[in-house]
Amino acid sequence: MIQFERVSKRYPNGREALTNVSFFVDRGELVFITGRSGAGKSTLLKLIALLERPTRGTVTVNGRSTGVLKTRHIPAFRRHIGVVFQDHKLLADRPVFDNVALPLVVAGAPLKEIDKRVRAALDQVGLLGKERLAPMELSVGEQQRVGIARAIVGKPPLIVADEPTGNLDPDLALEVMRLFKRFSEVGVTVLVATHDLHLVREFGSRELTLASGQLTGGAADPLPSLVASR
Amino acid sequence: MTLSTLATRHAQALLGALGRLARAPLATVLTLLVIGLALALPAALGLLVRNAESATGGFGRAVDMSVYLKSGVSLARAQELAVNARAVPGVAAVKVISAAEGLQQFRQYSGFGAALDALPSNPLPNVLRIVPRPRSSGITALEGLRRTFARWPEVGMVQLDAQWVLRFDAILALARRLVSVAAVLFGAGVLAVIGNTIRLEILNRRDEIEVSKLVGGSNAFVRRPFLYTGMLYGFGGALLAWAVLEGAVLGLRAPVAHLATLYGSGFALTGLAARELAALFGGSMALGWLGAWLSAHRHLRDIEPRA
Repeated sequence: MIQFERVSKRYPNGREALTNVSFFVDRGELVFITGRSGAGKSTLLKLIALLERPTRGTVTVNGRSTGVLKTRHIPAFRRHIGVVFQDHKLLADRPVFDNVALPLVVAGAPLKEIDKRVRAALDQVGLLGKERLAPMELSVGEQQRVGIARAIVGKPPLIVADEPTGNLDPDLALEVMRLFKRFSEVGVTVLVATHDLHLVREFGSRELTLASGQLTGGAADPLPSLVASR
Repeated sequence: MTLSTLATRHAQALLGALGRLARAPLATVLTLLVIGLALALPAALGLLVRNAESATGGFGRAVDMSVYLKSGVSLARAQELAVNARAVPGVAAVKVISAAEGLQQFRQYSGFGAALDALPSNPLPNVLRIVPRPRSSGITALEGLRRTFARWPEVGMVQLDAQWVLRFDAILALARRLVSVAAVLFGAGVLAVIGNTIRLEILNRRDEIEVSKLVGGSNAFVRRPFLYTGMLYGFGGALLAWAVLEGAVLGLRAPVAHLATLYGSGFALTGLAARELAALFGGSMALGWLGAWLSAHRHLRDIEPRA
């Protein structure tokens, strides 16, 4: 599903955020990316969602190499990835329903289907009935879950989440992580960047550990999975 | 994406654009005023030229052509020639003025009656008075007609008093050119106004654009509402320009009609015809679309999602 081969990312300001990172994530895996802030977690997720392109090495997502993907194909590529942000990036002037519906709207889904799927997604994150509210009328935890609903509404095969529990109290955080676990159980690949090690340990899932832009744990041996993927 | 889905998307973009314009009425009205007045000026000039053309539309009839036959040509032959002349393309009517009639008219109008009596015989030739068709009353067409008749062996001379037609034609051509120049200049102004308005709106909606791109919105999707906004500005501006022009025509109609009666003309000032209206609205909306497209093309590229 995701394959990093000797990937480095250097930003225009000269800072090298990732150095020589290689790993493979299989379909339906739930993988945590851990490390201190500044270790390169966000950069790693950005490379997957094609918010950035690698400086060296190749990133392959869903069988497509992001380094060579033409700009005009990026929108279609992104529709296959659900992204959850720490600051959730909701549109304050739109009700919850419109926020969650956005990925379906841009993909050109019929209105009936949008209605059905938005409700299903809100139901999954426990927010059914709040479609008409503005994001500001919700608690932080609820806003975060609206962001998750938006990420899953298009039924993407891959979800990446950057500190999705950063603003949540432990109970809510656990609930959100359980949600991700459920997605992975139905075949969705989920990558979650977090610094909450307690939470990670509780799930016993695979963990990719980053330190100063280098992978220090969890990469396993990329070669066997590489073979398995071909 | 099915066709009906696409139509729904377009309808949504249109309604969304309308809604946003309606939510900022003052800004919208000011922008529309600028566009409307910028459109009204060249359109008013065009209307003026068109009305001047139709007020003097009698020129086609006024520019008669006198074909003087040679003095030996008989009246009977003149009648035959008149029949031939009617068959010439561009000729609306031909009247034979016999030498005798000509003499009588001359006697009547010139005041030289006594002097004519002193002549031993009628010195005047038979004349064919040619009335060109209105469509052939342009100066080149008239010149062509003149040459055609001048080649006939029986024709002594063709007289066409074209100097003033020529001048008036030149003035009208100049005015028409002026209309084109004004249309281009003010069109460019409208383009710039709409482009800039759209630029500001793009900056205002940066977050929304960013999130749309983040969830896989294509450039076409992100651009669409702005194109509709531009077209709506064009439509509203054209509507305003039309109202301004109709108001001006309404206000001027009575004094113009009065002036026309003094000149013994039944001329009445007319507003924009259906075709001209279509051109005004079509042109304005196209300008709005283009201005928005240029602006969106230029500025949407700069907005890429940053997590």
